[in-house]
Amino acid sequence: MKLNNYGEGIAKGMAVTMKNAMRRPITTQYPEQKLNVSRRTRGNQLVWNKDACIACSMCAKACPVSCIDMVTSRDENKKLKMDKMDVDSGLCISCGLCVEACPQKCLFMDSAYEKARYSRKDLKLTKEDILMTEKSKPSGYYSPENAAKLPIQTLLIDRK
Amino acid sequence: MATLGRSIFPLNFHPAILPPDWPAGFWSHMIIFVVILFVFIIIMAVAFIYIERRVLGRFQIRIGPNRIGPFGLFQPVADTIKILIKEDIVPLNADKIMHLLAPAVAFIPVVMIFAVIPFQNGAALVDLNIGIVYIVAVSSVSVVGMVMAGWSSNNKYALVSAMRVIAQVVSYEIPLALAVIGIVLFAGTLSMNGIVQAQNIPYILLQPMGFLIYFLAALAEINRTPFDLLEAEGEIVAGYNIEYSGIKFALFFLAEYTEAVAISAIITTLYLGGWKGPFLPPVLWFLIKVFAVFFVIIWIRSTLPRLRIDQVMGFAWKFLLPLALINLLVTGIQVVFLPDISQWIIVVMNIVLAAVLVFLFSRSFRTRGDKIEAQ
Amino acid sequence: MALKTETFILNAGPQHPSTHGVFRMRMTLDGEVIQDVEPVFGYLHRGVEKLAEGLAYPQDIVFTDRLDYLASMTNNQAYVVAVEKLAGIQAPERAEYLRVIMAELMRISSHLMAVGFLLNDLGAFMTPLLYMYREREKILDLFDMVCGQRLTYNYMRIGGVSQDIPEEFIPALNKFIDSLPGFIKEYDQLLATNEILLVRTKNVGILSKESAINYSTAGPVLRASGVKWDIRKADPYSVYNRFNFEIPTGTKGDVYDRYRVRIEEMIQSSSIIKQAIAQLPSGEIQTKIPRILRPPKGEVYGHIEGPKGEIGFYLVSDGSANPYRWHMRPPSLINLTALREMLIGVKIADAMAIFGSIDICVGEVDR
Repeated sequence: MKLNNYGEGIAKGMAVTMKNAMRRPITTQYPEQKLNVSRRTRGNQLVWNKDACIACSMCAKACPVSCIDMVTSRDENKKLKMDKMDVDSGLCISCGLCVEACPQKCLFMDSAYEKARYSRKDLKLTKEDILMTEKSKPSGYYSPENAAKLPIQTLLIDRK
Repeated sequence: MATLGRSIFPLNFHPAILPPDWPAGFWSHMIIFVVILFVFIIIMAVAFIYIERRVLGRFQIRIGPNRIGPFGLFQPVADTIKILIKEDIVPLNADKIMHLLAPAVAFIPVVMIFAVIPFQNGAALVDLNIGIVYIVAVSSVSVVGMVMAGWSSNNKYALVSAMRVIAQVVSYEIPLALAVIGIVLFAGTLSMNGIVQAQNIPYILLQPMGFLIYFLAALAEINRTPFDLLEAEGEIVAGYNIEYSGIKFALFFLAEYTEAVAISAIITTLYLGGWKGPFLPPVLWFLIKVFAVFFVIIWIRSTLPRLRIDQVMGFAWKFLLPLALINLLVTGIQVVFLPDISQWIIVVMNIVLAAVLVFLFSRSFRTRGDKIEAQ
Repeated sequence: MALKTETFILNAGPQHPSTHGVFRMRMTLDGEVIQDVEPVFGYLHRGVEKLAEGLAYPQDIVFTDRLDYLASMTNNQAYVVAVEKLAGIQAPERAEYLRVIMAELMRISSHLMAVGFLLNDLGAFMTPLLYMYREREKILDLFDMVCGQRLTYNYMRIGGVSQDIPEEFIPALNKFIDSLPGFIKEYDQLLATNEILLVRTKNVGILSKESAINYSTAGPVLRASGVKWDIRKADPYSVYNRFNFEIPTGTKGDVYDRYRVRIEEMIQSSSIIKQAIAQLPSGEIQTKIPRILRPPKGEVYGHIEGPKGEIGFYLVSDGSANPYRWHMRPPSLINLTALREMLIGVKIADAMAIFGSIDICVGEVDR
């Protein structure tokens, strides 16, 4: 005798909802509590290590949307040097192909994510803006030594 | 006139807070208490909006709004300010007078229900001796407002929604009224205060099937899930208030929540024993019971999907109406032939009968299949 | 004397809360019954197939992410399988196992979203959706750990995958897979015997077996109509022939069967992931390919089983570094060709339920 015609299914469903209402909510109150992003996050700006760069422009060739605007020239010793490197971070799609293509491993993605600006012109970055300093936090995408320096990602599965 | 004067809120209220030479005692009392009642209704409706958002959030494992003010208590204030400063747009080909009057026609009858609800012993605004009939009559007027809104908006979505409103609300009036008559048979009086006073055992135990019928019919009257296909966001985006903005939309929105308050108050009065309770003051018991009923309404909203219009109509006419008639028959037999036995035996009899009938009826209740051949 | 009525046209326009994306349906209604429906799409056309002819083969993986943006890993895998077939490259074993793990996790996530949004369209006010989103968040955290993004992964490469998994991946994945059957049982308790859901979805939108095959539908829509066809068993790619799993099928082809097929597929996927973790070998993750890949002249069609159906890529190469013709077989669009037959004669409320059960993503329909 099947007994699920008179409302038993609805009653079971309401028991599930009540059980879930007793759980701790999984909301994070944003500016007061921040979660750690992944160690390999592909943020939306680049970090450039100028000393190791040989200006081979492989990163500009690898970009699918051509957002790295690069002008190089040869100086007196016939070595390549960088004249202009403008990254339009509004156009960048954060794919990471430039980081992968660099032979000297001098280009990284940035792991800080609070980078909003008030106007679109401010998103075009020159080579001074993306220079690597002590304060910049390069992410571990394609570079395990950077990944080891960042804090461990907070996972929802670990939260009770 | 004397009866009306005696029932003004509350009985043991010393009129000393008014100056002794206050002129025209009855009418001034009436105006003051109308204003107090109106403020109470608006505050309860707004509080219910806030409570619904928080409780619905907890059912969905998230916190509701908690940014504005401590615990988000000023969220309704922010919502009200936002809605009041929006531009009032009237469509070009709309019927201007009906478009203007529809929110008022939808809102005013709902407020008028509160005139007969007793908050304490004898403490209603006017204790009419036809209380429950007045409520059923007045609450059917607000559907005219919704149809006016749907027709005058010159929009096909609103028209589809208005047609659905008429069908649904009118069909569910009948089981509603029949379930109420069962209560009246037990209590012996139509006045709301009299019904509360006659409840030695709360009527939810004496009439379980009547409670179920009344609860479902009331959910359909106030257009809440699972019967909320009038403002089904998925299909007819926002239904009859699709062309309203600004304060007219605020009136529709408030009307919906005020109806929810009204239904909770009526269910408390009729079935749960109104203001009766042991230690706390009666007004507090009333409010606790109203919030409990509203909690169950929110719980149902957060769990169930919505029904389709032909299933809603089938449910009213093929399931609720026969059960309401059988309920009336059984209640009548019990009142006429067994007036002297203890009420607890009637409780057990009614609960068993309700379970058997619901089971039998749901086995035989089927909706038709759905594909209709194109003519 | 017959009553003269006329039909009217209702436009479920491009901006609508329950068409999943910008999709427009012009329905001709007689009262509440649909007489005719005309779907209009193309609002999200971005010209991806032409753009991809301007870039080299490895750079085109970025475009495949954005086609079906809710299931990027399987799109990546389809393209990479096609190019490897064209150029004759074989990926190493560890890379194949990692691809299988990622694809099955993607399938679970996409089905969670499909069932959640179907219930949202039916009117349950976002509660089942938010419960399923909680599990999807855990999957997105895992993907974030591996490749750094939550939505457009760009993870698979021609000849393997791009990065190896970190050491905290396997413990977290085990925790997730062990907790998933409990949650699926909770969803079943909430939904599977709910009378209102049964009344709304049984016998609604029936697609018969012959119609499903004639319209060349694929994926859960085809399997719910009773056809036992899954590319992972019919034309195995990668290492799928080393796992034991079943193909759930439905009987009638209505909305309820499609919902049950998706839930059962989630259980099968979690069993595949468990077997893959147990068999995961060590090794390298990408074979060496030349920096500028020039496949030989020819054409190829490579297909896999995605969560929404059969994703296929048709590539024509003329020997240079850029493809000559790059075309994707969109499963959502081809499943949508059966929409008109399913919608004639039903009411508006059912139309949204049927549309939600086909589970489309407009990025694929319009490309």
